Amino acid sequence: MLWKLLYRNAFRHKLRALLTVCGVAVAVLAFGLLSTLVDAWYAGVSAAAANRLVIRHAISLTFSLPIAYMEKIRAVDGVKAISHMTWFGGVYIDRKNFFANFAVDPRSFLDLYPEFILPEDQRSGFLKDRRGCIVGRGLARRFGWKVGDTVPLQGTIYSGDWPMTLRGIYQGRDKSTDENQLFFHWDYLNERLKESYPRRANRAGIFVIEVAHADDAPAVAGAVDAVFKNSLAETRTETERAFQLGFVTMSEAILMAIRLVSLIIICIIMAVVANTMIMSVRERMHEFAVFKTLGYGAFHLAGLILGESLVICAAGGALGIAATFPALRILAGYVGNIFPVLDITSTTLWLDVLAAVVVALVAAAFPIRKVITVRIVDALGRVA
Amino acid sequence: MNSEPPIIVDIRHISKSYLRGSQVIPVLEDISLAIVTGEFLALMGPSGSGKSTLLNLIAGLDRADAGTITVGETDISALSETALAAWRAAHVGFIFQFYNLIPVLTAFENVELPLVLTDLTRRQRREHVQMVLGLVNLGDRADHYPRQLSGGQQQRVAIARALVTDPTLLVADEPTGDLDRVSAEDVLVLMERLCSDLGKTIIMVTHDPRAARRARRVKHLDKGVLTNALEAAVPECL
Repeated sequence: MLWKLLYRNAFRHKLRALLTVCGVAVAVLAFGLLSTLVDAWYAGVSAAAANRLVIRHAISLTFSLPIAYMEKIRAVDGVKAISHMTWFGGVYIDRKNFFANFAVDPRSFLDLYPEFILPEDQRSGFLKDRRGCIVGRGLARRFGWKVGDTVPLQGTIYSGDWPMTLRGIYQGRDKSTDENQLFFHWDYLNERLKESYPRRANRAGIFVIEVAHADDAPAVAGAVDAVFKNSLAETRTETERAFQLGFVTMSEAILMAIRLVSLIIICIIMAVVANTMIMSVRERMHEFAVFKTLGYGAFHLAGLILGESLVICAAGGALGIAATFPALRILAGYVGNIFPVLDITSTTLWLDVLAAVVVALVAAAFPIRKVITVRIVDALGRVA
Repeated sequence: MNSEPPIIVDIRHISKSYLRGSQVIPVLEDISLAIVTGEFLALMGPSGSGKSTLLNLIAGLDRADAGTITVGETDISALSETALAAWRAAHVGFIFQFYNLIPVLTAFENVELPLVLTDLTRRQRREHVQMVLGLVNLGDRADHYPRQLSGGQQQRVAIARALVTDPTLLVADEPTGDLDRVSAEDVLVLMERLCSDLGKTIIMVTHDPRAARRARRVKHLDKGVLTNALEAAVPECL
């Protein structure tokens, strides 16, 4: 019967309860969306493999490295496999159609990144066609591309038209795998550079190596950098995770602001629900006095108030969580090219639940204290 | 052989005062009173005389500044708040002037409320509730909410709620104060029956001499002092 009482009390003032539930729902929705955005920022970090290292120019990522380094790096003890990637920065028709595109060494790249799953026939088709490219499933869906289509990229860093043939559409092995990228043959880029910009030819943006054991990473990184010490292009080797984190830390202040905003939203809704609970309990103080008169102790009274607060916050929380999924789909339509991995994680869902519970607990705390400490005779004499 | 019923409430040298700002306002002064089992006692007096305060002390809703109150074998002045709440649940039934029913619960659920604290099963609770609702002639109104009942019916639900745990004491604070004459009469007849047929000990605070006439003994409180002044005035009740 006490469950019935909780529910009926929670929705005694239907409009007030509904508005409070909506408030909680909006707060949980906002919290979920903002947390997912922060997670999306870290998607590259989450997808990073522990046994992969990235080697870049020691001065800056904008400087490339001689391709001749590849064999020297391969010779370093502990290096199991090596590939290289070059940021191409091509544009498809219009700048607003932004997506990441890289020139890679196809065979070693696909071996090094098993998270990009490609059907065997598409893989061999890509490897054979020097002007071929592969794209992620998300990107193909976005532009309606099919295998065999021509993808005309316009160079920005490397000027000119760069038509390519789509030879494969990869699927991410994990949820965190970015399915909005394009990869094409580095040879295609390099051959044209030899003709038009010979000084920029035979260079790679970064090298990526695989070590046998993640524990060996620091030693191998040190060994690689030692090889190129005092050369014209010194290297900086770090784990893939640290490399990705480097990008994220550039926008740390924005992330901090987003986190702060989501916390402020939760605090605001906490105050709103607390206000609702305080008003609701104050109006019914004489009823709580009746409960006390009948022998209901502090435990039962606290349970009644907390339960009521939990009913409201659970309803709002459930509504907010349910709304997060369609809201994310809508959001992905606008920012999907910036945040290719925009999936709500189980951690975010649990944080949503936790936020709703914390709001319920805090909101109930003041009225519970008031009800427990009020003298029965005072409360019975009170007129709401 | 002594045929006197045993004393159920033994009040000794009770004093109670309230603080209004820094001013101490004495409400009860050195009150002593014994109430025997099965008695129907009316407490009368003008407003502010302390009769409701005395009732609250007997019922364990408030604490005296000095003196002791023993109900049955229990000195309730010595009980902790938790123990006092458990004692109230088991031994006291309350009837308020304004019924104090919970508006979101039906008559049945309001009556069931004190039983939720007991170890009774749901089925046993239902049997108890149906029995007391039948006793107050509201068996057919079990599913009605308080707003769907008249004042007299609401007060009878409150009486059923007070009775359902079969308490040692029934305390009533102006039980007819908010009722029309006919409904008040029904409630008083019911209370009288509870005393005479079921042997319930009832302590009732009232302003109404007609209500007091239903009691077997009347005590008068004036300026915190208990007198027997009205006992002689209502000899036909005894």
